[in-house]
Amino acid sequence: MPTSVPKAPGRSSGGRANIPAGGGLVDPGQLLRALPDALRKLNPAKMWRNPVMFIVEVGAAFTTVLAVLDPSWFAWAIVLWLWLTVVFANLAEAVAEGRGKAQAATLRAARRDTTARRLRDSADRTRWDVVGAAELRQGDHVIVEAGEVVPADGDVIDGIASVDESAITGESAPVIRESGGDRSAVTGGTRVLSDRIIVEVTQRPGDSFVDRMIALVEGADRQKTPNEIALNILLAALTIIFLIATATMQPLAIYAKSANPGVPDSLALTADGVTGVVLISLIVCLIPTTIGALLSAIGIAGMDRLVQRNVLAMSGRAVEAAGDVSTLLLDKTGTITLGNRQAGAFVPVAGVTEEELAGAAQLSSLADETPEGRSIVIYAKERYGLRERAPGELAHAEWVPFTAQTRMSGVNVDGREVRKGAATAVMKWVRDGGGHPTDEVGHLVDGISASGGTPLVVAERGRVLGVIHLKDVVKEGMRERFDEMRRMGIRTVMITGDNPLTARAIAEEAGVDDYLAEATPEDKLALIRQEQAGGRLVAMTGDGTNDAPALAQSDVGVAMNTGTSAAKEAGNMVDLESNPTKLIEIVEIGKQLLITRGALTTFSIANDVAKYFAIIPAMFAAVYPGLDRLNIMRLASPQSAILSAVVFNAIIIVALIPLALRGVRYRPSSAARLLGRNLYLYGLGGMIVPFIGIKLIDLLIQFLPGMS
Amino acid sequence: MSPAAAGALFIASLLLALALCHRPLGGYMYRVYAGTRHSRLELGIYRLIGVKPDGEQRWSGYARSVLAFSILSILLLYGLQRLQSHLFLSLGMGPVEPALAWNTAVSFVTNTNWQAYAGESAMGHLVQTAGLAVQNFLSAAAGLAVAVALVRGFARERSETLGNFWVDLVRGTIRILLPIAFVAALLLVAGGVIQTFDGHFTWTTLTGGQQTFTPAAAAGQEAIKELGTNGGGVFNVNSAHPFENPTSWTNWIEIFLLLLIPASLPRTFGRMVGDTRQGYAILSVMAILAVLAIGVTQWAELGAGGTVPQAVGQAMEGRETRFGVSNSGMFASATTLTSTGAVDSAHDSYTALGGGMLIFNMLLGEVAPGGVGAGLYGMLILAVITVFVAGLMVGRTPEYLGKRIGTREIKLASLYFLVTPALVLAGTATAMATGTGRSAMLNTGPHGLSEILYAYTSAAANNGSAFAGLGANTAFYNTSLGLCMAFGRFLPIVLVLALAGSLARQAPVPVSAGTLPTHRPQFVGLVVGVTLVLGALTFLPALALGPLAEGLR
Repeated sequence: MPTSVPKAPGRSSGGRANIPAGGGLVDPGQLLRALPDALRKLNPAKMWRNPVMFIVEVGAAFTTVLAVLDPSWFAWAIVLWLWLTVVFANLAEAVAEGRGKAQAATLRAARRDTTARRLRDSADRTRWDVVGAAELRQGDHVIVEAGEVVPADGDVIDGIASVDESAITGESAPVIRESGGDRSAVTGGTRVLSDRIIVEVTQRPGDSFVDRMIALVEGADRQKTPNEIALNILLAALTIIFLIATATMQPLAIYAKSANPGVPDSLALTADGVTGVVLISLIVCLIPTTIGALLSAIGIAGMDRLVQRNVLAMSGRAVEAAGDVSTLLLDKTGTITLGNRQAGAFVPVAGVTEEELAGAAQLSSLADETPEGRSIVIYAKERYGLRERAPGELAHAEWVPFTAQTRMSGVNVDGREVRKGAATAVMKWVRDGGGHPTDEVGHLVDGISASGGTPLVVAERGRVLGVIHLKDVVKEGMRERFDEMRRMGIRTVMITGDNPLTARAIAEEAGVDDYLAEATPEDKLALIRQEQAGGRLVAMTGDGTNDAPALAQSDVGVAMNTGTSAAKEAGNMVDLESNPTKLIEIVEIGKQLLITRGALTTFSIANDVAKYFAIIPAMFAAVYPGLDRLNIMRLASPQSAILSAVVFNAIIIVALIPLALRGVRYRPSSAARLLGRNLYLYGLGGMIVPFIGIKLIDLLIQFLPGMS
Repeated sequence: MSPAAAGALFIASLLLALALCHRPLGGYMYRVYAGTRHSRLELGIYRLIGVKPDGEQRWSGYARSVLAFSILSILLLYGLQRLQSHLFLSLGMGPVEPALAWNTAVSFVTNTNWQAYAGESAMGHLVQTAGLAVQNFLSAAAGLAVAVALVRGFARERSETLGNFWVDLVRGTIRILLPIAFVAALLLVAGGVIQTFDGHFTWTTLTGGQQTFTPAAAAGQEAIKELGTNGGGVFNVNSAHPFENPTSWTNWIEIFLLLLIPASLPRTFGRMVGDTRQGYAILSVMAILAVLAIGVTQWAELGAGGTVPQAVGQAMEGRETRFGVSNSGMFASATTLTSTGAVDSAHDSYTALGGGMLIFNMLLGEVAPGGVGAGLYGMLILAVITVFVAGLMVGRTPEYLGKRIGTREIKLASLYFLVTPALVLAGTATAMATGTGRSAMLNTGPHGLSEILYAYTSAAANNGSAFAGLGANTAFYNTSLGLCMAFGRFLPIVLVLALAGSLARQAPVPVSAGTLPTHRPQFVGLVVGVTLVLGALTFLPALALGPLAEGLR
């Protein structure tokens, strides 16, 4: 039983859509466990939702009556397999739902009844009432301290705390939540590990994030998506055509029989036409049962694949839209480049060696815990072999921390003062110390800025040593990813607050198709509208409150779980891991979902060819011996031919359950190549496989009683 | 030259002529429907019928106009037949029976031209010329208009309207059908087809009996009969009659004429959607299906019964000696691949498989290249259905020519696809289930069944040709076949126009590498495959008990 929380941490970050996620294969145990559910689904009131399988059920019931009235081995064998066909279809859906149920169970554990300390007056943080979490309303303020469970979804309005969100994300490392900024959202059911925060409740009672997650993974309010509805219409039309084709065959068959009075009645054809059992068998074999049985499982599994990657889609519609996306808006920072800039070069002024500069830069950064500071130390070590020293080693050093006022940091040690920081601040400090920085420093700083980097000036009292070049580092493999996107026909646009020069440099390095520099939330929204006006579907990620309008406008808006409630509310997906690169995987999952539907529909229709070759001669070769030439599979007897087709029709459903759940293999490539491959596999394969399958089944069952 | 080689030359020369003509004619038709200027004659007609020629119609208005025009035409034609004895030029013929008059009126208005009467003995000059011949033009022009409206649905963006039916109807008649038919009539007269209203003449037959013949304006009617894929001949035996189709040369012209417009429309389509490659793709699908169909029929007929029956002329049963087996087969293929229904041989006399192929041509929806207008919109519906399934397999919501095939579009396309099978199969089953239906069969066994299947197929698909061998001039057949013709024509038209309306409203999706390309051989092959597989799956039980049971021995 997969009891672990949604998934093991860190699995999906490098995961690809074509890697079967979390047990894509179905083990027999899973099928057995789903059996009770599958039997419950036989209720006609529920079957009605699936017209194709409903017809099979009605047919099965009808043949049961016929078999009771006029029992024979053959009739009962058909009855058995028709019922199995319905059960197998329900099994597919039940197995798909079963995986969601396991996840829902772990989520329910997180939704324990808790109590909350609700402030009587938001201005007074000392007086509160203890109330049940269910009584909280939007706008209430609650206090949560270390060791307590956050009682409801909300935003931190005061304080900072580390929070264990593993119950929801599966990520065991605690995260920081603080008031203001884009990391203010807390989720009900998570546990505060340290400190104390005031939370403003943003959820309506009973409509928490966890509640919605449970509903989603259980598929409780699963609605058919537009594309699923369209496909259902086509399947219904095909079903009607085959119903007409078989029903109208009856007068023709009666005439054929009467025109050949010498031919004795058979199990398939009597003076009253084709027998009911055979007629129902033909209908069931012809109507698209394979895709009809698997369609809803494919949809559920598609949502499930997203959950495996820790993404929650608020609607199936969004997953489908992901497959249609033609423009991806990607934030530069965190998505295309590593979250922070890194030291990329030490550029000394004349008269200073690189080693000298590196030493000073390292010294000034030892106590700097920002990622930029760390990167300077690491760069100095890797490039110049300078040993990393712990700040504690320099016992009598006086560390000067970075502040917003001074905009520099550094150290005073052994009478030496070293600073590094923003150019203007450090230059002023040098001048104040009696130094006269030359124009050379200005040129270096401007040059680095122009190339898209960030310059940090390093100086001693009265003397500038040189400049550290902080660079944006494009994540590894991004260029290949964007090339792939281009082959799939998807345009990538990088969004950044940088100036156009910097933006272009990074855009070129990363290989995106376009960029939006100095982007404001309004620019972003305008860009999305413009793309949509051109008929394109847009996907984006966002986390801040000011991203909310753009998230709401985009067709696929993925909000980061670390983001604000407003962002999460606006988007139609939430990434629990807050990994912006995942947008690309989401698109692939959306495509895979549609491809799986199309492939199995094609397979289902292509199967019918072989079934005709089995059943038509079985029905009519007695009256028109020439039709036996259609029996190209040389099936043993009319009975075994018909039963083989019915058995194949049922077994193929079970055989394809793993494929429906896993999705067909998807490799990013052009539409023409994808189509070629899938047509070959599922179109041509769909024609050939049943010929072989029916023949093999016939070889086995011809020895059953009543088959000759 | 062997008969097979002669036949191959005949067929190849036809295909070559079509290949040469489809571009100029397709381009011309594009200019006719895309143009904004009206000629003085046209303006006069618009004033007469009270139409504002620059007023565009929504799909519903367009559909209402088609239906109103057609119902009015049916009433008019019905009245003409019933009252012909009171009018002039009746040649002394009495009023046509109500059931037959209904059947004939529907038949000509729906571009079917199923004829349960013998032209020589039932219809006077007035009905022939003012009634039937006029409908030969107008029903063809109406079909063209509907096809053009559908193509506009693909071509237009965020548009509520599809053009103006009356303008499309008038232009199709005056600028396309009349000029070509005029030239064609002159060619036919030159080839020996008669064109006269002069009295009767009587002669003595070989057996010594007296036979009277009423000449007619055959050439004019013949030209539009083929050009408009109508098929209703002046004479009972249709294009087998020596005054309608005297020589192999006129035979060639007639086949050419009936394929001409349907084969040129894909070009018009390509021009209208601004991508001629899309037109070539559709034309390729039509051509492949047509060549396969022609090939099967030729194979079945030329190989019929082996050497001895061929040598003693048994294979010539039901054919005119001046055409021979191969050319007759080509005419039969062409007439069933389009919705023409003219015949120059008795399809009943074809081999079981050859005749079965003719039925199958019609069952596929007459899309290769199909009737005037109807062939193109039928083929585009098949392309939409193909795109839907194939489009899913490339991982996107399916789209064709930049238009998404969503719930509404697939609903309309599916309903369209349901109409023909439902009518054909329900009609055939009803006839086979009733004694009245069965009693009209002149043959028993599978061949008799094929006769009835052929009749309902021909009516529902608006073909109009008869297998022969069925006494179809009964109240039962006149009524039921009339209903099949009416539903088989107007239900699809309404669905096509509704589809056009919802396509025209959409904003186009830009083409990218992720878009399913619909102009490549891959897609062409796919549409051919989908058409054949869906057609075969739908009709195999019926075909198995008819042509296949007879042909497979």
